[in-house]
Amino acid sequence: MEIYLDNSATTQICKEAADKITYIVNNIYGNPSSLHKKGLEAEHEIESARKALAKALGTLDSELYFTSGGTEANNTAVFGAAYAKKRQGSKIVTTAVEHSSVLESCKELENQGFEVVYLKPDINGHITAAQIENAVDRNTILVTVMAVNNETGAIFPVDKIKKIIERKKSPALFHCDAVQAFAKIPVKPHKIDADLLTVSSHKIHGPKGCGALFVKKGVYIKPLLYGGEQQKKIRPGTEALPLIGGFGEAIKQIQPYSDSIKYITELRDYTVKKLSAIDGITINSPCDALPYIINISAIGIKSETMLHALADKQIYISSGSACSKGKQSHVLQAMGLSRERTDSALRISFSKYNTTQEIDALAQAIKEGLNSLVRAK
Amino acid sequence: MKEIILAKVGEIALKGLNRKNFEDMLLKNIRKKLHPLGRFEAVSSQSTIRITPLDDYIDMDDAALALSRVFGIVTFSRACVTEKDIDKIKAAAKEYLSDIFSENVSFKVESKRSDKKFPYGSPEISKIVGGFLADEFPNITVDVHNPDVTVTVEVRDYAAYVHASVEEGAGGLPVGSGGKAAILISGGIDSPVAAYMMAKRGLALTAIHFASPPYTSERAEEKVASLLELVSEYAGRIDMYTVPFTRIQTEIQKNCPEELFTIIMRRLMMRISNIIAQNTGCQALITGESLGQVASQTLGALACTDEAAEMPVFRPLIGMDKKEIIAISHRINTFETSCLPYEDCCTVFTPKHPKTKPKTDLVRSAENCVDWTDMINEAVENAKITKIGCDNC
Repeated sequence: MEIYLDNSATTQICKEAADKITYIVNNIYGNPSSLHKKGLEAEHEIESARKALAKALGTLDSELYFTSGGTEANNTAVFGAAYAKKRQGSKIVTTAVEHSSVLESCKELENQGFEVVYLKPDINGHITAAQIENAVDRNTILVTVMAVNNETGAIFPVDKIKKIIERKKSPALFHCDAVQAFAKIPVKPHKIDADLLTVSSHKIHGPKGCGALFVKKGVYIKPLLYGGEQQKKIRPGTEALPLIGGFGEAIKQIQPYSDSIKYITELRDYTVKKLSAIDGITINSPCDALPYIINISAIGIKSETMLHALADKQIYISSGSACSKGKQSHVLQAMGLSRERTDSALRISFSKYNTTQEIDALAQAIKEGLNSLVRAK
Repeated sequence: MKEIILAKVGEIALKGLNRKNFEDMLLKNIRKKLHPLGRFEAVSSQSTIRITPLDDYIDMDDAALALSRVFGIVTFSRACVTEKDIDKIKAAAKEYLSDIFSENVSFKVESKRSDKKFPYGSPEISKIVGGFLADEFPNITVDVHNPDVTVTVEVRDYAAYVHASVEEGAGGLPVGSGGKAAILISGGIDSPVAAYMMAKRGLALTAIHFASPPYTSERAEEKVASLLELVSEYAGRIDMYTVPFTRIQTEIQKNCPEELFTIIMRRLMMRISNIIAQNTGCQALITGESLGQVASQTLGALACTDEAAEMPVFRPLIGMDKKEIIAISHRINTFETSCLPYEDCCTVFTPKHPKTKPKTDLVRSAENCVDWTDMINEAVENAKITKIGCDNC
């Protein structure tokens, strides 16, 4: 039996989304921008997905732009905001533990002459509102902070950021990478007062290759791509109809938060109990983290070794963010964890499909791994 | 902590013996509007409507947003509910306000005690709760003249409430309390705003849209439907009648003088609208015309159009500039949709030099060279009905 516990890397696509994709690929071939009936049919599919997303995020339909995924949405937000605001200042405030699509964009902007402040988390993975408050000034044009960290599940105080920007009389736009938070906890852009917000399809049981950027009504960013009139020229190009349709269907399957979070919290608590009982396991995630993610260290066993040992038993977890392919985690390093903990870090991430039986099997397998694998020097 | 919403009704309270009708209509509209968000209880007492969520999962931000679009509510406050006990009130205020009071703000407490059996008077309640809050939150200061935050404690019949901010409601009168009217809607900026404004004064709406395929596209029709969807956020359910208009427009073009195309078209639209309005229980027509905006909206043209209408024609935008109209369209979120670039029937066959001061009798005789009766009846019979705003009720 396969046990998939790497849901923050990606999720299994849900049946409804897969069916929708098959249907669109086979039947809806029109170009959504064509004026004739085939075009209209295609446009309906996109607008239906956009409506579903608008409902889930509590936004207007016209505030949402579909992209090729979280990475493109984050790039569009970071570069788009920086370029649109460059006459008003040159400073960008972010954290050292953002997803690489935000970090690398910021580094490129540094090469281009922008100043970037990377806030460091404490040893528990937290970033505080006070840290952000100290960094933001009148020269700041963009604050980009994720809602939930993808490796530890730490929740950041994104609902405080807009107030800080206003208090500091800063012209900054506020971008929130909500990829790990979307559909798990309510992060409504208007509620946290974000100007820009990123979500992704494949983290919520939708297809890969699709995401969306929220741009608040009245906020202007410079586009990354130039082309046709699609999506108000913020994201031109013929829309990826099947993927957007699949994303829309996955959004429609999101359960009420109170139900889903209860189930996942029970599962997480069960996992923590099981794993803490094993000698050599430490928990790296803060206890108030998003329950969908737990980061642990199996002291003495290199992350990758344990990963492969578990994979042999068809149990799939990850060593950190899947996007950095086994490099030492920049997140855990920034938290200041010891080398032995970062070297042996493992990330377990849940979805609604996981069960306590699967956790039993995981705990058993980790225990066997700790006993039988050769310890790193 | 249990949160509820207290809504103030304003104008309705002055309605004398009819007040109950208005209140009942408002309660019905509130229930309909909140229905998709979960179960709520809405009751009215002492010119305040108390809205209590009955399901745990209800998002009160969503509920507040929905309520801000219900006509008849002037202001509303989100409040926490507590027992009528001074210590419980203090504790509830502390917990409920901890977020606002984490910032450096000035505040004062106001109290309303409608339950006179409660052992403390209003000034006393304010003093006790205010003093307590000032002690509990070291970074806040008391300012009774110009506070950043006004905390209100209300001691009512069954419970006490604490709230800290008053939000603007949509104002106006409950939709449906003033009867029903038909909005002629093209898809431009003006007509959705006109529809919104008349709904605000208590009218329920039917919508009439003229389509001239193949000169106009299905997309133009959908654009109107999505505009009405946005208007229905405020106006509730709307039945949209899409009237096939190609034949009539072609006949006008063939048989009438070019300079009168638009004015005759407007008159025939009125004649069709009369029938649909009567059939659907409407007592007036609504248009988005603004005096002098285009040739068909000069005083002469409007008088000539009105002559073909058999009921009052409301033009709420008549004295407004485009800028003012656009400001409202932004507020009700219709502007962007209105600006989508599809042909509508008014821009098909526009004359080069339309008559700006048409004489009614001349127009009538030009119009009478064709017998329109059958064509009008055919258009009415073949009108397609689309139900709009069923998600909102």
